[in-house]
Amino acid sequence: MANFLDFERPVAELESKIRELRHLSSENNLNIADEVGRLEKEAARLLRQIYGRLSPWQKVQVARHPERPHALDYIRAFVTDFVPLAGDRAFAEDAAIVGGIGRFRGTSVVLIGTEKGSDTEERLKHNFGMARPEGYRKAQRLMRLADRFGLPVITLVDTAGAYPGVDAEARGQAEAIARAIETCLDLRVPLVAAIIGEGGSGGAIALAAANTVLMLEHAIYSVISPEGCASILWRTGEAAREAAEALNLTAEDLRRLGVIDRIVEEPLGGAHRHPDEACRKLGEALEAALLSFRGQDGESLRRRRRDKYLAIGRRGF
Amino acid sequence: MNWLTNFVLPKIRAVVAKKEVRDNLWQKCPGCEQMLYYRELETNLHVCRNCGHHLRIGALERLKILFDEGAFERSALPEVLADPLRFRDRRRYLDRLREAQANFGASDAIAVASGRIGGVPAVVAAFEFGFLGGSMGLAVGEAMLAAADLAVKNECALIVVPASGGARMQEGVLSLMQMPRTILAADRVKEKGLPYIVVLTDPTTGGVSASLAMVGDLILAEPGAQIGFAGARVIEETIREKLPDGFQRAEYLYEHGMVDLVVPRHELAAVLGRLLGHLHKGRPQAAAPAS
Repeated sequence: MANFLDFERPVAELESKIRELRHLSSENNLNIADEVGRLEKEAARLLRQIYGRLSPWQKVQVARHPERPHALDYIRAFVTDFVPLAGDRAFAEDAAIVGGIGRFRGTSVVLIGTEKGSDTEERLKHNFGMARPEGYRKAQRLMRLADRFGLPVITLVDTAGAYPGVDAEARGQAEAIARAIETCLDLRVPLVAAIIGEGGSGGAIALAAANTVLMLEHAIYSVISPEGCASILWRTGEAAREAAEALNLTAEDLRRLGVIDRIVEEPLGGAHRHPDEACRKLGEALEAALLSFRGQDGESLRRRRRDKYLAIGRRGF
Repeated sequence: MNWLTNFVLPKIRAVVAKKEVRDNLWQKCPGCEQMLYYRELETNLHVCRNCGHHLRIGALERLKILFDEGAFERSALPEVLADPLRFRDRRRYLDRLREAQANFGASDAIAVASGRIGGVPAVVAAFEFGFLGGSMGLAVGEAMLAAADLAVKNECALIVVPASGGARMQEGVLSLMQMPRTILAADRVKEKGLPYIVVLTDPTTGGVSASLAMVGDLILAEPGAQIGFAGARVIEETIREKLPDGFQRAEYLYEHGMVDLVVPRHELAAVLGRLLGHLHKGRPQAAAPAS
């Protein structure tokens, strides 16, 4: 793997050893299948051990892993006949939020996702997944479109947060986010959100006030980044690790708090190791979520979504 | 022990204690740095006579200014789970919370009251910026819902006056969830055909600006108030250049079409009264046209 995280180092070392052995064996015709097999087993055991007990701060690193599948990767994997749709009809197109209509498991749906991009060029194009007001207004427009045609909405959330820039503020970032949340809450079609990487604050909830909120096993969802929280409450960004612990931002935490509904298991070693498997698992979970709304009329979908948010935090945890 | 120690001394002490000077007799205006006398500040609604700067005021002061004759009935805030995450940074959140509660004699960063404005019944929810930066957690969210219910019950407008840095970090993602919840509160009022009016004051930022503050039927702002989503410092660090003059101020938002009107504090009650007069349920109706 080109990129590995600090705590993955023991695995990365084993894997490079395996690669060396393979290289040697092909050059010298040595039979080292047993040794390779042993090392591979050991690597898998290490991975299971490491990923079985990731700390919150380690999850933050996994959630931000550059090779983790992003919104468009998932859309390409489980959506057919996809037609991308652009623009807020008021100011601009914002590629930080991608959207369109496609077919998912035989049903036409509207898809909306924050897209981080997977190489430098793409990252710049998508502004690293940090949307401006026109992105949130485009999302509102696409949600209204879905509502009008009775199409379920799937949102894929992966953003450090809304873009903090002068232009974004000038065009009403706060209003755009507030209205996006309001639109989520108003829909009379099923709305399923999946937190696939980073669920960064207002920029995330803008697309995630949903009937069902799924969250990938190693994704994070928080009111503020651990670094931001640390610099405000601890007065030093170096306390990010402590802040990550304190914020309760892992999928387990969020399910306990009643903020998400279901955790979607990731492949061994995280979604970045086996993107295809990650896409398959998320696809299955989304399908199950959409099936659970079968037979519910628009009014009750809307009411249940609203009741769900009213209930959050009212019972104990 | 004699009458001197038992009777006279306490009296003398009482007199001396009364004369104990307030430590904030004079305050420097954050706008023009002029020293301002507290009594004069109070009579001028905490607006600097020299430069017109609107100083931040507490929730109770705000309620007194807005309601007719300063008369209102305060509602108790709904009880919520304190410190749901058992959060601790350099200090325990629970200690910070208890301290703020003791300082303000209030359970959280918002005050809800009902009364009349311009003779028209209204409910006001005013944020207390001094209380942990006016930050929004479970308690503020629940109070907003209660304020909305009260407005619906009284068939009157809900006026919200934010003064907040945003979400309460110490309640983690549960504070983020107050964004949809307070939007639902606003909807409760709107769905009944009642006005939901927001008066943006200094500061209104972060999660509070991107939820309850920006969905008003009408949005007013006090002069000079800082209003925005991202903090100025964060923006500066991102774009690495100086921010334009007046950036994120009430007037800037007005120019960018984000607020209806910038209203000086002295005129706020009158303007709200006029608006309520136009929008409230019992407004005068023109005689029905003859059929």
